[in-house]
Amino acid sequence: MNRREAISATALLMGGTMVGAQAFLTGCKQQAPKEGLFSADDLALLDEVGETILPTTEGSPGAKAARIGAFMKVIVTDCYSEDEQKIFTEGLIKLNKASQQMQGDDFMVIGAEKKELLLVALLEQAEKYNEGKAEDEPVHYFTMMHQLTHWGYFSSEPGATQALRYIAVPGRWEGCVPYAKGDRAWA
Amino acid sequence: MDNTFDAIVIGSGISGGWAAKELCDKGLKTLVLERGRDVVHNKDYPTAHLRPWELAHRGALTKKFKDENPLITKAAGFGEDTKHFFIEDKDHPYVQEKPFDWIRGYQVGGKSIIWGRATQRWSKYEFTAPERQGYGMNWPIGYDDVAPWYSHVEKFMGVCGTRDGIEAMPDGEFLPPFQFNCVEQHMSDKIKEHFPDRNMVHARWAHITEPQEVHIQQGRGKCQARNLCMRGCPFGGYFSSVSSTLPWADKTGNMTIRPFSVVHSVLYDEATGKASGVRVIDANTKETTDFKARIIFLNASALNSTLIMLNSKSDRFPNGLGNDNDLLGRYVGFHNYRGWAGGKVDGFEDKYYYGRNPTEPIIANFRNLGKKDTDFVGGYTIFSGAWRARGVHFKQPAIGAAYKLSQTEPGGWHVYMYMQGETIPKAENHVRLSETEKDQWGIPLLITSVGYDDNDEKMVDDFLTQARLMMEKAGVKNIETNDSKQAPGLDIHEMGGARMGTDPSNSILNKWNQVHQCKNVFVTDGACMTSTGNQSPSILYMALTARAANYAAEEFKKGNL
Repeated sequence: MNRREAISATALLMGGTMVGAQAFLTGCKQQAPKEGLFSADDLALLDEVGETILPTTEGSPGAKAARIGAFMKVIVTDCYSEDEQKIFTEGLIKLNKASQQMQGDDFMVIGAEKKELLLVALLEQAEKYNEGKAEDEPVHYFTMMHQLTHWGYFSSEPGATQALRYIAVPGRWEGCVPYAKGDRAWA
Repeated sequence: MDNTFDAIVIGSGISGGWAAKELCDKGLKTLVLERGRDVVHNKDYPTAHLRPWELAHRGALTKKFKDENPLITKAAGFGEDTKHFFIEDKDHPYVQEKPFDWIRGYQVGGKSIIWGRATQRWSKYEFTAPERQGYGMNWPIGYDDVAPWYSHVEKFMGVCGTRDGIEAMPDGEFLPPFQFNCVEQHMSDKIKEHFPDRNMVHARWAHITEPQEVHIQQGRGKCQARNLCMRGCPFGGYFSSVSSTLPWADKTGNMTIRPFSVVHSVLYDEATGKASGVRVIDANTKETTDFKARIIFLNASALNSTLIMLNSKSDRFPNGLGNDNDLLGRYVGFHNYRGWAGGKVDGFEDKYYYGRNPTEPIIANFRNLGKKDTDFVGGYTIFSGAWRARGVHFKQPAIGAAYKLSQTEPGGWHVYMYMQGETIPKAENHVRLSETEKDQWGIPLLITSVGYDDNDEKMVDDFLTQARLMMEKAGVKNIETNDSKQAPGLDIHEMGGARMGTDPSNSILNKWNQVHQCKNVFVTDGACMTSTGNQSPSILYMALTARAANYAAEEFKKGNL
C-alpha cells in the first residue's frame, strides 16, 4: 500500500466560531449580517491577514486572490471542534485589539508595513504560547490562521499553478531530473 | 428471473473479479453477488478529475464525519476524495473483543479500487518457514504450484518492477519499473554497500508502465503518474476489478452481476452432500432470494467469507460449513505495520523529479530466511522512499514576501521506511458469530478476538533498530523512529479464518481451496491463508483464485462437481 500520504496527512485542522464577536471590527460602523459563523467583514479581515502572510509578489498573486478568508470559513466551520472554533473566533477580536494597541488602529486600516510588523509580533507570541501549553490543548489562534493560510493558499488555483507548479496529468514519471535554483516546487 | 447458474461468486473485489473472469472465460454461466452498490469504471469515479482546489475541504474530512466515523476514517488513503469507496461505521457494526480495526469497502470492485497495489510474490521461504521454524503449519502447496498462476495474473494485470534475482522476493512478469529518484538510488547503493544481503529495489506494483496487447484489449492504458489512484483511475493505469477483470468477464456474455446482494449463507443439500446455492438478502428491500449453482466461490473478504461460512448452518454442519474441527474462524493473522522510521538527507539540492510516483521502493525481507537468525520468527518487508519537501527552511519570521518565496521552492530531502511484518496465526486469534447481536439484515454480528503477541513486539523492535542502522549508514540525519501501536486490522491485510491445509483434521480447505467436506465450495480470498508471509497478500489471493477457478471449471466439465 502506498501509505506515504497517510503518514504525511496528519490533519492540520483546528478551529473557531464567531459567537458574540460582531462589533469588534469597526466599532460603531454598521455591521454586515453574518452568514453562519462569519460575516463579510470577518472574511475581509481574514483575507487581509492571509495577504499579509503570503502577499502578492512578482509572478504570483497573494492569499487574497486565493479567497483565503472564504477558505478559512469553510474549514473552521466544518472541520474545527467547538473549542477550536471558540479560540479562532476570539482570536479575531484579539488580533484587532492587538492591532489597536501595538499599531494604533484597526487591522483593516493600518498600512501594509504595520500589518506585517503586527503579525510578526503575533507569530512570536503564538510560538511562545504553543511551547508552554499542554499537549492536548489547542494551539494559539494565530497559529491556526497561519496554518490555514499556508494550506489554503498553496492548494488554491493561483497558489498551486502560479506560486508553485501544478500539472494535473504528468503523463510520466522521471525519477531524477536536474533542478536549478529558483525553479518552483511541485504543488 | 432464472435463479440457476453454473457458478456463483460471492464478492466482486480483487479475488472475486478473478474468479468471475476465469469462470466466464471457461464458459461457465456465472452469477457475481456484491453486497454494495454498482460501480462502473470511469462512470462512477466522481472525484477522479478534481483538482485540489475543487474539493470543498481540499481533501480534509469534516468534524461531523470524523466524529461519526472514528473507525473508517483511520484507513490509509481515506479522505474527502475517496470516502465514497469505504463503508460508514454506523451501517456495519461488529464486536471488538480486542481492539481490531476492520476496514471495509462495499461496492462492486470492493477494496480493489482502494488497494495499495504492491504485488510482490511470496518466496519459497514463506510457504515453508512456519513448519521449518516451528511456529505453524506448512501450506499444502509450495511456490512452484503458484508460480505459473502468478505469471498468469501478472501478465493480465500489468505489474511493473525489475528482475532483481532475490530469493526472498521472486521475480515475475514485469513491465518497466518506476525509476528511483536520486536519493532512493543513494539509499539503495548505501544499503547494499553496508549490508550485502539487503536489497532495496524498485517497486513491484500493479501499474501499467508499458501497455501490452492484453491491456489495450481491456481498454486500459499507461499510468499517467497522477498518484490519485484511490479515486479510480480514468486511464485504467492501475489494476482493479472494475477496470479489468469484471468488464472482461462481462464481455464473455457469461456474467450476471447483482449489486445490493447481501449473502446470508451457503445452502447445503444433505442429499447430495454438496452446496446447492446461496441465500441472498436484498440490501435495500431485505427480501430473501435463493440462487442455485453447482460451484460456489467465496470471495467476500477474509473475515466476511469466514462469517458467511459460520452462518451457513445445516444438520450436517451445525457449527458452520465444513467446520467439523472447530477450526473455522481460527488462525486469523494480519500484518504488523507498527514500525516507522524517517529522517533527512543533506545534499542532492540540484536534483528533483517529474510527475507523482504512485509506487514505493521495497527492501526485501532479510530476516529468518534459510534459518532462524533473530529472537523472533517470521520476516518483514520494508517499504521505503524519499521525497523533497516543499518550502525551504526560512530563518526570519514566517510572514511576508520573502517567506512566501521561500515556500515556493523545493526544500530538503526526506526518507522513510515502514514495516510490513509477518504475524503468527494462532488458534486463539479468532472471529466468531455473536449470539445476541445482529445487523440490519438479521445476520449475526462478527466478534473479532485478534491481538498482538510477544513475537510482534520483538519484530517491531528489530525493525526500528535495523531501520535506524540502515539510515545511519546511508548518512541520514535527524532520524526518528515510531511504534504507532495501531490495532491489528488497520493494515487491511487480515488473513485466515478458513485456512488451507493438507488434511481435514488440520484445516478447512484443501490444496485447491475446496472446502474439505463440501467440495463444490471454494474459498480463495484472504480467508484461505495458512500463514501470513511478509509480502503484500492481494496478488497471492488472485493467483490462488485463478488456479482454483481453472481447476473448478475442469472438474465441472468432467462432471465431478
